[in-house]
This record gives sequence, structure tokens and C-alpha cells, in this order.
Amino acid sequence: MRKDIYLRDVVTLKLDVDRCTGCGRCAEVCPHAVFEINGRKALIIDRDACMECGACARNCPVQAIDVRPGVGCAHALITSSLKGTEPCCGPSEDGTQVNCCS
Amino acid sequence: MEAMKDNVQKECCGPAPCCGPAVQETETKKDIPGVSTRLSRSDKWAHIKARLGIKRMGYTIEPGIYAVGNPDNDSIVLVTANYKLSFDGLRKELSGLDAWILVLDTRGINVWCAAGKGTFSTDELVKRIEVTGLKDVVSHRKLILPQLGAPGVSAHDVKKRSGFFVVYGPVLAADIPAFLEAGNKATPEMRRVRFGLIARMQVVPVEVTQGFRQLFMIMAAFFVLSGLNGSGYSVSAAVSAGLRAVILLMLGYIAGTVAGPVLLPWLPGRSFSAKGLGAGILFFVFSFFIILPGISPVETVAWFLLITAFSSFLTMNFTGASTYTSLSGVKKEMRFAVPVQSVAAAVGIVLWLTARFV
Repeated sequence: MRKDIYLRDVVTLKLDVDRCTGCGRCAEVCPHAVFEINGRKALIIDRDACMECGACARNCPVQAIDVRPGVGCAHALITSSLKGTEPCCGPSEDGTQVNCCS
Repeated sequence: MEAMKDNVQKECCGPAPCCGPAVQETETKKDIPGVSTRLSRSDKWAHIKARLGIKRMGYTIEPGIYAVGNPDNDSIVLVTANYKLSFDGLRKELSGLDAWILVLDTRGINVWCAAGKGTFSTDELVKRIEVTGLKDVVSHRKLILPQLGAPGVSAHDVKKRSGFFVVYGPVLAADIPAFLEAGNKATPEMRRVRFGLIARMQVVPVEVTQGFRQLFMIMAAFFVLSGLNGSGYSVSAAVSAGLRAVILLMLGYIAGTVAGPVLLPWLPGRSFSAKGLGAGILFFVFSFFIILPGISPVETVAWFLLITAFSSFLTMNFTGASTYTSLSGVKKEMRFAVPVQSVAAAVGIVLWLTARFV
């Protein structure tokens, strides 16, 4: 039973299969088993499970993965729109805590 | 930090001429503090406080290298953040092992959040390797990083800039012994982030304490306004209706910060605002039979709107503590949910005020 799936068809994850060398780093770092290595190539097998953490793109040695990383945190988005700053997770510069990162 | 110091074992090469081989160690190694794999009572107390959000930022560990057991230059190097919960969570899983722990300066933030924020990063790792002289401590060139550090670290860049090869370990420190036993191989299950009941319950206390100040301000406003009526102001109405308002607001708060997160997988809908709405309806039904009998229909409708809007909003904020929501998804649900919540809350307040005068 898979319950920890968020909204459908929203994530920005893209894989350029031509560039992919099948090294397997993306599958190694993904916390939601979005990738599978099939032969010499990576495949996106569970796109809706992606939480856009950006680990795969950052660890892809041939830049075959593109995703807009960010924190999926409503509180951070509200705070940032009120203050006009970038949404960020964790304590802001003035030391006050944002309601995520527990 | 205080609790941390308690756990650092006394260096053996103190005034007493106690140790043999350690004396021959290089200067760097002699200075590396050893840490126990057992947590003291004060460590556990600090963890409880950190979980409750008390002085949340005060749980930092000094960045640098630490020794677990009796490591030598062949021993593994495990990397972590300088947040006490991260560091302690790692060392308590290492009993019977000889290892080095490299603590990065993440400003007291846990690995995953620090990676997202960019403090658990390639730059910091490369810098910490240099500052600590890790190349003189170990002869191999391999680092085991927590998998959740990967959003901030580029393994191939670390290799290029420091010569160290990055292996991503399991998500949970508890799986490290099994990971090592399997020859640095994590099973697919070890690579998955789960958000089970226990994990959700662990973050609930922070959710609850975080909004206390705002909750009390809202409660105070409702309490004072409860005294309004057709003939001016009534203190007895403020006490009776005000008390009811305080209890109902508290219920809405608990619905959104406790029931929503705990019941998350069982509440209908995929968006967190929908799940919070479900929790709010549950709590409204409860209060409808327990607290609201005898209350005017107008005020009953007002409380339905207020409790559900409040609960929906609060559970929506739980997206930040959850481990599977994407930025794109949260933006999408907020575009719909925030206007609906705002309108429901506004109408609820108007109806509730109206009920003061009818």
C-alpha cells in the first residue's frame, strides 16, 4: 500500500536519456525510488513520488537530470511571500525558526 | 554542547603515563577527541528538549573529526552534520566499530535540511577535509555520507576537488552496521525515506509548540470579543461564550497540528489542506455533540467554518515537516487552498460576531 504519494503530475523532474551513462548515482541518492537503472540507462519509474529535493541532479556527473529543487513547505512559502524573500527551510538569518526541518 | 562534553572520553595521554601506542601517533590523531557510542542521560534529555522545540538552535556540536572505538588510518570515515540529534543518532549506532566521524558545520541543522539549505554542501565538505587534515588521518580516500546529504553534495565534484570518493550510506543511521556488513551496499529499502506513524509523531510536538503564541493571541481576541452583545458589553457573556470559543479554537488547533499529521495516510485527499479539512470536520462533529448543543445555528455554522479552515491551514503547514511533498505540489495546493481557507475564516468570524447580537 503506497500512501506517501503527493499530488499527481506536478513535479519539474526531467531526464535526458541520451546524455545518461547509466552510472546509477540518481538511483543511489533518490529517497523515493523514482529511478531504476535498466541496462545502461536510468529510467524514471515513479515520477509522482519525486519531492524535488534535487539530489539526483546534483549528483549526476553528466547533467542529464533537470529538476527545480526546493522545499515543499507551505509555511516557508507563506513567510517568503510576506517578507519578499526566497523560501527557505530552517532558521532565517535573524535566528527565528521556520516551521519545517524537524 | 554541555551534554556533548560529558560524553567525550578523557584523552588517555593526560598527565598519567598510561598509554603505549597512542604516544607514537601523529600530532593530529592525538588531538582527535573520542566519543562514546552510548548516550548519557543528559544526551537523552537534550534530545527531548530539542524535539519539543525548546531552545531549538542550541544543539550544536563542534565541527571536526571524532574517533569512535580505536580507529586507525584504514578505518572508515562517516560524515554528518553538527546538530546534536544527527551526531548522537549516528554514534549510538556504531557500537563495536572503529570509525572516524567527520562533522560538518551546518550551523546546528540536521543533515537533510542543511543539504536543502546548502550548508551540508560540497564546499563545506571540501573545506572540512582540508581544515581537519583528514588526508593525514586516513590513508584511504573514501567517505561515507548520509544519503540525505545528497541534495547538497555533488559526489563527482568532491572527488575532483578533494580526491575523496563519496559513497552514500543508508537514509537511517540504524542501517549503517548492515550497510557496512554488505560491503557498503544499501538495500532499496534502506534508500527509501518513510514517513510512518512514529516519524510523524516525533515531529508533532514541534508543530504544536510552534504556533502557541499566535494561538494565544487569537484566543485572547475571541475571549474579549465574546463579551459584546446588543446592550453593550457583558462580562458574564465574555466568560461563558469566551471560554467556549477558547476550547473550540484549541480543538481546531489540535485537529490541524496533531490529528492531521498523525492520521495523515488515513485522511481523504492527497493535498495536506484537504487532509486538514478532514481532521477539522472530525473535530467539528465531536464538538457539535459535546460543546455546541444549545448554541444558535448561526454560531454553529461559524464554528464549522472556523474549525475546518484553521485545521486545514495548520495541516497544510505540516508539508514542511513531511518527507515527501514537492515545492511544485505545495505551490499548486496553496493556490487553491489559501483563498478558500481565508474566505471560510472571514465568513466564520463575521457569522460568529453576528451571533453575539442575535
